[in-house]
Amino acid sequence: MLVTSALISGLALGSMYGLLALGFYVTYAVSSTVNFAQGSSMMLGAVFAYTLAVTFGWPFVPAALAALALCALYGVIVERLAVRPFARRGSSAWLMATVALGIIADNAVLFTFGKEPRGFSLAWAHGSVRVAGINVSYLQMAIPAVGLALAAGLHLFSRKTRYGKAMLAVVQNADAARLMGINVPLAITLAYAASTLFAGAAGIMIAPLFNVHSDMGTLFGLKAFAVAILGGITSAWGVMLAGLIFGLTEALITALLGSTYTQLLSFALVIVALALMPNGLFGRAEVKKV
Amino acid sequence: MRYLIAALAFALSATAVHAQTIKIGLVTALSGQSARAGEAITRGLSVAIDEINAKGGVLGRKLELARRDDEATPAKGVIAARELLFKEKVAVLFGGLDTPVSLAIVPIVNQEKIVFVGPWAAGTPITKNGAKENYVFRVSAVDEIVNRAMLQYAQKTFNAKNCGMILVNNPWGESNEKGLMAALSAKGIKPAGIEKFEANDVDVVPQLTRLKAAGADCLFLVGNVGPSAQVVKSLDRMGWMPPIVSHWGPAGGRFTELAGPSAPNVHFVQTYSFFGKQTPVGHKVLKALMAKYPDIKGPGDVTPAVGVANAYDAMMLTAMAIQNAGSTDGPKVREGFYKIARYEGLIKTYERPFTPDNHDAVNENDYVWTQFIDNQILPVGMKK
Repeated sequence: MLVTSALISGLALGSMYGLLALGFYVTYAVSSTVNFAQGSSMMLGAVFAYTLAVTFGWPFVPAALAALALCALYGVIVERLAVRPFARRGSSAWLMATVALGIIADNAVLFTFGKEPRGFSLAWAHGSVRVAGINVSYLQMAIPAVGLALAAGLHLFSRKTRYGKAMLAVVQNADAARLMGINVPLAITLAYAASTLFAGAAGIMIAPLFNVHSDMGTLFGLKAFAVAILGGITSAWGVMLAGLIFGLTEALITALLGSTYTQLLSFALVIVALALMPNGLFGRAEVKKV
Repeated sequence: MRYLIAALAFALSATAVHAQTIKIGLVTALSGQSARAGEAITRGLSVAIDEINAKGGVLGRKLELARRDDEATPAKGVIAARELLFKEKVAVLFGGLDTPVSLAIVPIVNQEKIVFVGPWAAGTPITKNGAKENYVFRVSAVDEIVNRAMLQYAQKTFNAKNCGMILVNNPWGESNEKGLMAALSAKGIKPAGIEKFEANDVDVVPQLTRLKAAGADCLFLVGNVGPSAQVVKSLDRMGWMPPIVSHWGPAGGRFTELAGPSAPNVHFVQTYSFFGKQTPVGHKVLKALMAKYPDIKGPGDVTPAVGVANAYDAMMLTAMAIQNAGSTDGPKVREGFYKIARYEGLIKTYERPFTPDNHDAVNENDYVWTQFIDNQILPVGMKK
């Protein structure tokens, strides 16, 4: 029972980490930059969805879709304001700029949304089924399903559509892609929109299990970055799998050894894994062809 | 030139007014998860200060509240405390609800010899800090006493034999682990298990499953409102609902909204409730609160009540201490606290509440057990 319930908890949390980390992957692949404040994007997803669904009383599905659209828009803003101006000059200041924009977003939410955490309860999410003697809520089943579906969607998009192939071209050689008539800046902007959209989706799904407040994404963002590095930031499936592995490891350590060891051991294992496999579990060493 | 003279005169008169008031500092969470608790402390202090000022103040000087947000973070609390001590020159400093923040401020006030009064944070080492000259006083629950009361309540009310602990992983949780272990071993009992969780944990099911597997028939819960709600939601998902005897963390916010339908299962300790029969002081304070704050229309709107009640009594006792000292000089104010003989307060009538060996004015006889019914904190079993 201990292990089964840990597996269920770990799968749901792990796919959240995976989704956030997927956001790191998309932008890194296309532009070698990331939005370090992915946690804030996740928080915005939850806050937008809460505001539309609870404060304005919209039905859940339109509220969630609108929240995702707003998150994508936020991604465009991140790229335009905090990444492009610096990356264009070859500076690495985007690193601090994205963190700064995240802090601004957190504080803007603190002032507008309020200081108190709010409960985002969804009637359908409360139902549960019994699996192997363990209660599993619908939401806990939906989260990994949606996470994997989004990862699969990203995979299909990049392999099967014209736009996806254009993005892959940018990944391989931005200059050559530009010469072929591909709009590289647009591809990067779209990658950022997708990145915050994934984070927003994670935020909306986690909200009913958690509560909605301005710093709800901070720890998630940190763990997701560890996951992205662990997965080898260059592989979509790798990143998603690393998320699941991290979530399951956390839950299993807690269940088997006790919560005192969770953070200590899970992050120690990340370091060990990276020491043994410097390119991450599923990443490949970059080969620069001249 | 005329303007310059006018400005100078204004500045001088402002300083003169400034010198007449006695500044009372408050460092507490005014934003984040515990914002409501910080607001409750502010309200308790403000109502007491208004009452004192209406009677002419202390030592012929009016009291003035200067408050700063610690964002529930020790580092920010220390910066805020230093600013209030050195720049605002407060005579007495009040703390907030976070034990880690108060513990960080304690060494500073003991070194600077300025009295620090805790109206909320319950960590045992805040007042029992080992300093030779201890400047820290408290009008609030104390973990080690609450812990004894929690065990007693679990045994009496739920006939619990094998309680497990689920504690937030911070100094407050640690303080309670020690206290609960001491209370249990005094009765020769061992806990079913001790589990910790992070304040931002989404899922506490693995920890709770361990406790369930160890045969726990009751849970001791210690955590602020958000984390406590996560425990209740995780229990809900597991379909396991043992009796939950909690420290007062859930009182700090919208617990029912956060924890969902099982919120009333958590029975938690309070020092005061504005529901039920009130003393004349209770009537007076409630009336003053309703007059000052338009959102307070009845006892249910004074939330969390313990913040308001503790802060009110603490401010009144502090004013008496300053009066006894005949000065705002730190060491004299400290002596002034020991000289308080009797005060008919909100929580109780205090008889010699402070001695050099005891800096805690409230004890286990003053606790009330409560639960959330809808959005109100009611004494357990009391219907609205």
